[in-house]
Amino acid sequence: MIEVRDVQFAYRGGSFRLAIPALRVPGGERLAVIGPSGSGKTTLLNLIAGILTPAQGRVEVAGSEVSALADAQRRDFRIRTIGFVFQDFELLDYLDVLDNILHPYRISALRLDRTVRERARALAERLGVGDKLKRRADDLSQGEKQRVAICRALLPGPRLILADEATGNLDPHNKGLILDLLFDSVDTHGATLLAVTHDHELLPRFDRVIDFADFQPDSRPDAKGGAAA
Amino acid sequence: MIDSLYVAWRYLTYNWGRSLTLVACVTLIAVLPLALELLLGESQRQLLDRAETTPLVVGAKGSSLDLAMNSLYFGDTVPEPIPMATVARVADTGLAEPIPLYVRFKARGFPIVGTNLDYFEFRGLKIAQGRTLSMLGECVLGAGVAQALGLEPGDSLFSSPETLFDLAGVFPLKMHVAGVLAPTHGADDLAVFVDLATAWVIQGLMHGHEDVTRVTDPTLVMGRSDGNVTATAKLMQYNEITPENIGSFHDHGDPAEYPITAVIALPRDTKSGAILRGRYVGADPDTKGDAQTQQILVPGQVIEGLLANIFRIKNVLDAVILVVGTATVLALILVFALSLRLRQREIRTIFKLGCSRSTVARLLGAEIGIILAAAATLTGLLLAVVAHFDEPLVRALFIR
Repeated sequence: MIEVRDVQFAYRGGSFRLAIPALRVPGGERLAVIGPSGSGKTTLLNLIAGILTPAQGRVEVAGSEVSALADAQRRDFRIRTIGFVFQDFELLDYLDVLDNILHPYRISALRLDRTVRERARALAERLGVGDKLKRRADDLSQGEKQRVAICRALLPGPRLILADEATGNLDPHNKGLILDLLFDSVDTHGATLLAVTHDHELLPRFDRVIDFADFQPDSRPDAKGGAAA
Repeated sequence: MIDSLYVAWRYLTYNWGRSLTLVACVTLIAVLPLALELLLGESQRQLLDRAETTPLVVGAKGSSLDLAMNSLYFGDTVPEPIPMATVARVADTGLAEPIPLYVRFKARGFPIVGTNLDYFEFRGLKIAQGRTLSMLGECVLGAGVAQALGLEPGDSLFSSPETLFDLAGVFPLKMHVAGVLAPTHGADDLAVFVDLATAWVIQGLMHGHEDVTRVTDPTLVMGRSDGNVTATAKLMQYNEITPENIGSFHDHGDPAEYPITAVIALPRDTKSGAILRGRYVGADPDTKGDAQTQQILVPGQVIEGLLANIFRIKNVLDAVILVVGTATVLALILVFALSLRLRQREIRTIFKLGCSRSTVARLLGAEIGIILAAAATLTGLLLAVVAHFDEPLVRALFIR
């Protein structure tokens, strides 16, 4: 599903450098990425999503070389193939729950029709926010926002779900709940999950864990981290 | 595009305070010069049309503008009165047909115009309902007055007292509405026309009361001598002229000396007009020395002078509006620029979701488009209102 090879990346004007000689994530895998802040976890997600492009090397997702695509193609690929759950949910306060879930359709070439709306309602129902479709995003609790963000990521039926600390800022009960929902949704859609997390107690539930603290992708591309499932 | 408009609409309604302020700013920038242009165009039309169809006006010396505005548009500023004899003196020259005007009193805010039937013919005024003036105490209403006051023939209308507590002042006269004029879209629509004698009754120069030679109440009589009876102030004067009491109306002075405010002079030809004007330059014997106290003016020239001043002021206003408009546009650009900075996180999010730069531009463009469209709609509505009420607005703003 994901193939990263000889990737090097540095932010302009910054001292941070990320080098990933090789990383392979097979389709359907649930992979957790852990590591200290600033170690490059979010950068890795952005490289895989095509939000950032590597200075060197190649990133391949679902058979497409993302790093070689033109900007417009990368955006189109991202919206069709990847569901992104952001760390702070990044919902739009001025839209209600349903419009937030449908937002990827409104800002892209994806076709928004009745079927999609019905699917959005069903998804919201399944994730427990079906009765809040007309509530504005700024009127939701943290847990509800999280669920709406997951709905938004899942609605286009992505083959890859990238979750950047999707359970951060939540109490243990809600963390477990959100993870259940993510895993359930991943299973339902047959997708691959790559989740950045700081919650070590959740790691046993993942298929594999990569720890960026001692990550040596070139030498151990299939290595499990310290808390492997 | 519909999606962009929808998202933009949601953003604008969420930030409704900011959106309304922007719409109001844009609307004001657009409405001010356009409304001013509209009103000045209308004022020019109203002022010039009427002025150019009124060849000459004779009135008391003083402000030619006040005299022209009072005679043509029944403005609030009443010029010094001239005697009724002026009418005869103009007629006696054989150079022009005189039409007297006495514009001093009001009825429920509308000017009462004392004149004769020649005025109706001169202005081409047609009776739409009822009939024309035929009896003392009657009035004919302009179309606007009838509509504003909801009056029709058979109703009555009181003249307004000039001062509330002056016992010797002008008392209200109950006037009978004889007819209503067809709309003319000019000053005549907003006037109450009466016979000159009725105007003098309103002033108290003519009055009617019980026959004092027959009264039996001793408190009504101050004294009797040689067939003369002096009444006390207790003797009530009629405040309404009816077929029963019309015979008692009389005056105690010389009607030739009774006041009017102007005489519209309709010269027989251009040359006659020029000669008549010449007679007011010096003390011509034919005008009996009226040139000492009176002036003759060509309303068109006076109004053109007024318009020249108005347009000079308009040019200054245009410059001010341009400066204020430029400042407002710059402020709006600043508001949008700051708004973009505040929305960096949101824009980053939608980029991350897969939105293209052109879509973001379309979203922002849609917001600007909605604001401009709302402002344009509001501007159109306001201009429609201004255009609908341009006549009374022009009268209120420029013609008083």
